Amino acid sequence: MGIEAALPTDAILTTQLKRVINWARRSSIWPMPFATACCGIELMATACSRYDLARFGAEVMRFSPRQSDLLIVAGRISVKMMPVLQRIYEQMTEPKWVISMGACASTGGVFDTYAVVQGCDQYIPVDVYVPGCPPRPEMLIEGIMAIQRHIDNEGIPPKGPNGKRIPLNIAVQPTHVVRPQPLPIGLR
Amino acid sequence: MTQSKPNLEHPTFKIVKDSLPASRFRATEFRGQSTLIVEPADLHRVMSFLKSDPRCAYDFLSDVIGVDYLGYPAPMPGRFAVIYNLVSSSRDDRFFVKVFLDPSKPTEGTEQDPALVIDSVTDLWPGAEWTEREVFDMFGIRFNNHPDLRRILTWESFPAHPLRKDYPVRGRGEREHYRIVDRTSS
Ligand code: SF4
Repeated sequence: MGIEAALPTDAILTTQLKRVINWARRSSIWPMPFATACCGIELMATACSRYDLARFGAEVMRFSPRQSDLLIVAGRISVKMMPVLQRIYEQMTEPKWVISMGACASTGGVFDTYAVVQGCDQYIPVDVYVPGCPPRPEMLIEGIMAIQRHIDNEGIPPKGPNGKRIPLNIAVQPTHVVRPQPLPIGLR
Repeated sequence: MTQSKPNLEHPTFKIVKDSLPASRFRATEFRGQSTLIVEPADLHRVMSFLKSDPRCAYDFLSDVIGVDYLGYPAPMPGRFAVIYNLVSSSRDDRFFVKVFLDPSKPTEGTEQDPALVIDSVTDLWPGAEWTEREVFDMFGIRFNNHPDLRRILTWESFPAHPLRKDYPVRGRGEREHYRIVDRTSS
């Protein structure tokens, strides 16, 4: 769904600069994977060929927060790790978005102990919550697409009355139907 | 529940008993795993004997574990225990050494308790360094002559020893009291 689909041959295309910027921005969301637990495996699967996050322009995993736009918190955040996460979040340059992937990052999950933060959204602003334990790759892609849709329509999220950027507060709904398990093995 | 008598046939029991007659030992066994219970003051002597005696030759310290027996259903010789898991690679044998300790002070905080100190075995098995640090971090049991006795899992200023049974599983607010980053601060 690139811009060339809308481009007639030998013709001039006029558009709003804002639209071009939004299109460019949403097509190159570079994630910063903050994978601390099992959800990180699913995040890797999302980036691999079967689910192919590259289709959405988000395949360039940047391990430097200064080069990335999207923080994917994938896994439990221990209390000792929280300052690291905050530091990484602060180092990312605006505009930036945050996905909280999985039950643990969003709520602490089953790990209701002294060592695990009960939801990273208490301490950093989270834009999209992707539920699941772990979320399927489709769900994570849906979460990234939710941010893309938002960028397409609104651009950078607006500031609230007190000058603070408002987290988008999007919760992704499951996108797939569970089929009878186990799946037959075969090539499609 | 019927309890079968522990089988104290493990040869190391007899060797230790005969070679160190001055020390007081207790022995127990569960499902083929033999445990020698030693007094805290004897620990280092016994451990170095178990390592150096050719009939024992426990050359590998597989693990050091702390246990808190607070509220344990059966009566125990002490509240805390430190268990050493020894392996002899030449004889293909596993043996456990256990020390019981009773605190002399309230156990809620991180106060140093002279009753909860035993000798480190890092001079015998250098690999004990991190496992002893973990026992210190989680149970507040300190080790004499340890080269670097710092916390290893929680951070330096953590206000408790979290695996003690009188520490609440959800903590005492450590996970709730954090700096909150919002979108203006960066
Ligand atoms: S949500 Fe489930 S899969 Fe993800 S980190 Fe937690 S336990 Fe692991």
